[in-house]
Amino acid sequence: MQTAQKSTSNQPQTHSNDEALVVIDNIDFAHGFGAHQVYRGLSMRIPKGKITAVMGPSGIGKTTLLRLIGAQLRPQQGTITFAGENIHALGRSDLYELRKRMSMLFQSGALFTDMTVYDNVAFPIREHSQLPEEIIETIVKLKLEAVGLRGARHLMPAELSGGMARRAALARAIALDPELIMYDEPFAGQDPISMGVIVKLIKELNQSLGLTSIVVTHDVAEVMTIADYVYIIADKKVVGHGTPSELEASDDPLVHQFLHGEADGPVPFHYAAPSLEDELLGVDNAR
Amino acid sequence: MLDRVAALGRTTLNTIAGAGAAFFMLMRALVGKPTLRKSWPLLMQQMYSVGVLSLVIIVVSGLFIGMVLGLQGYTILVDFGAEQSLGPMVALSLLRELGPVVTALLFAGRAGSALTAEIGLMKATEQLSSLEMMGVDPLRRVISPRFWAGFYSMPILALVFSAVGIYGGYLVGVRWLGVDDGAFWSVMQSNVEWGQDIVNGIIKSLVFAFVVTWIALYKGYSCTPTSVGISRATTSTVVTASLAVLGLDFVLTALMFG
Repeated sequence: MQTAQKSTSNQPQTHSNDEALVVIDNIDFAHGFGAHQVYRGLSMRIPKGKITAVMGPSGIGKTTLLRLIGAQLRPQQGTITFAGENIHALGRSDLYELRKRMSMLFQSGALFTDMTVYDNVAFPIREHSQLPEEIIETIVKLKLEAVGLRGARHLMPAELSGGMARRAALARAIALDPELIMYDEPFAGQDPISMGVIVKLIKELNQSLGLTSIVVTHDVAEVMTIADYVYIIADKKVVGHGTPSELEASDDPLVHQFLHGEADGPVPFHYAAPSLEDELLGVDNAR
Repeated sequence: MLDRVAALGRTTLNTIAGAGAAFFMLMRALVGKPTLRKSWPLLMQQMYSVGVLSLVIIVVSGLFIGMVLGLQGYTILVDFGAEQSLGPMVALSLLRELGPVVTALLFAGRAGSALTAEIGLMKATEQLSSLEMMGVDPLRRVISPRFWAGFYSMPILALVFSAVGIYGGYLVGVRWLGVDDGAFWSVMQSNVEWGQDIVNGIIKSLVFAFVVTWIALYKGYSCTPTSVGISRATTSTVVTASLAVLGLDFVLTALMFG
C-alpha cells in the first residue's frame, strides 16, 4: 500500500524526479512584524507541467502562499525560486518581467469593473506587446473560446454570473501564455455545474498549453480528481503530501481528518479556551 | 505591562512603516520614464474624473462665496465711505486665501474621497494585486495618472473658483447694491499684483494639490480591504487632508505675506 509522506524536515519536499518549476525552501513568514506567524520552515516543490494542489483548513494561509510565490509578499527567512531564479532577490523591473511568465486566478476573479470582458482579456496583451489590434482581437477570441465565453465578450463584469466571471478571469490569466498559473480557491461559491466547468478547464488548459498549475483550495473532492500531487498545510507547515491515492490511503490522523471532513480530531472543534466549568463557575482568569 | 510595551512598539513601527510606505509609494509612482502612448489617455481620463466633474461644486461654491464677500464687504466698507474698495477686497480675499483653501477643502471632499474609495475598492476586489501579477505596476498604472490629474486640476479649479467668486462679488456689489462699476474694476486692477497675489495663490494651490492628492491616494492604497476599512479610509482622507490644508495655509501665508 502506498503511504503519504509526513513532513518532518526543513528540506524541500521531494516527490518525484520531475523537474521543479517552483521550489519553496524552508520559509518563515509572519504578518505585522511577527504578530501573526503564518509559516515556519515551510518547504515544497512544484513540478513542471503538473497540477499541484495545496489544501488546508480555512485561514491557514493558502492564499498567502500564492502571494509569496508571486513575490507580492516577502518571507522573513528562506527562499522561493521560480525557474531557478530567487524571486525575492530580483530588482523591481526584473520581478515585473518575471511575472509575465506566471499568472494568477484570484478568488474574486478581479476583473476590471470598468472594462468589458473583451477589454479585460486584451488588457495584458496591450500592456506587454505592440501587436496590432486585429491580432489582439484574434488572440482574445481564441482565449475566450477556450473558456466558452466568446459570445459574452461585450458584457461588463457586473453582468456576469460568478462562474462566468471566474472563466473570464481565467481567459485573461492565460492571455500571455504563462508557464505557471496559480488558482486561488477556484471552486469557492460555485454551483455544481460551474464547478464542473472549472475543474474541466483547469485540467484541459494544463494539458493543452503545457502549463504548471498550483490549485489552492479546501474543496477536497474536486481537486483530488485532477491533481497530480497534493500538499496539505496545517500548523504553519506541510503536514502531509503525496499523490491523491497515497493521501487517500494515509493513516495520518490530520490528513485523514482533513480529507474526510471530520469535525474533531488533531484540528480541534473548539477554539482554544479555558474549560467550560472554569468559565461558568467564574474562575478569575477565565475571561 | 510587557504586552503594552509590545503594543506600543508595534504601533510605533507601524506608524514609521506607514510614513515610509507613503513616501515610497509616491516615489515609485512618479519616478521613471513616462510612456506617452499609454500615460496620456490615462491622464486625460483622470483629469476628466477629478477635474471636470468637480467643476459644478467649484463654480457654485465660488459664486456664493463671492456673493457673500460682496455683501459682507459692502456693509462694512460703506460705513467708512470706502465701498469703492469692494473690488480689491473681494479679489484679494479670493486670490490669496479663499480660492486655494476652499477649493482644496472641496476637492478633498469631492475628488479626494472618490479617489480613496475607488482605489480602496480596487484593492478589496484584488484588482491591484491582479495588475501586479500581470507584470503591470499598479503604482504607474493607477496611482501616477491620478496623482498628476489632481496636481494639475486643483490650481485650475482654484483659478476658476476665484474668477467666479469675483463675478459673484460684482453681481452683489455693483448690480444689486450700486457700487460704481468702473471703480469696482479699476481699483481692483490697481491693487491686485500678479506676483504677490495671483502667483502666490497658484503656489498655495499647487502645494495643497500635492498634499491632498497624495493623502487621498495613500489612504486608498493602504486601506484595510473591507467595507469598514474603505469607509474609514475615505473619512480619514477628508479629515487628514482638510487639517493638512488649513495647517499648511498658515505656514504658507506666514512665508508669503508675513
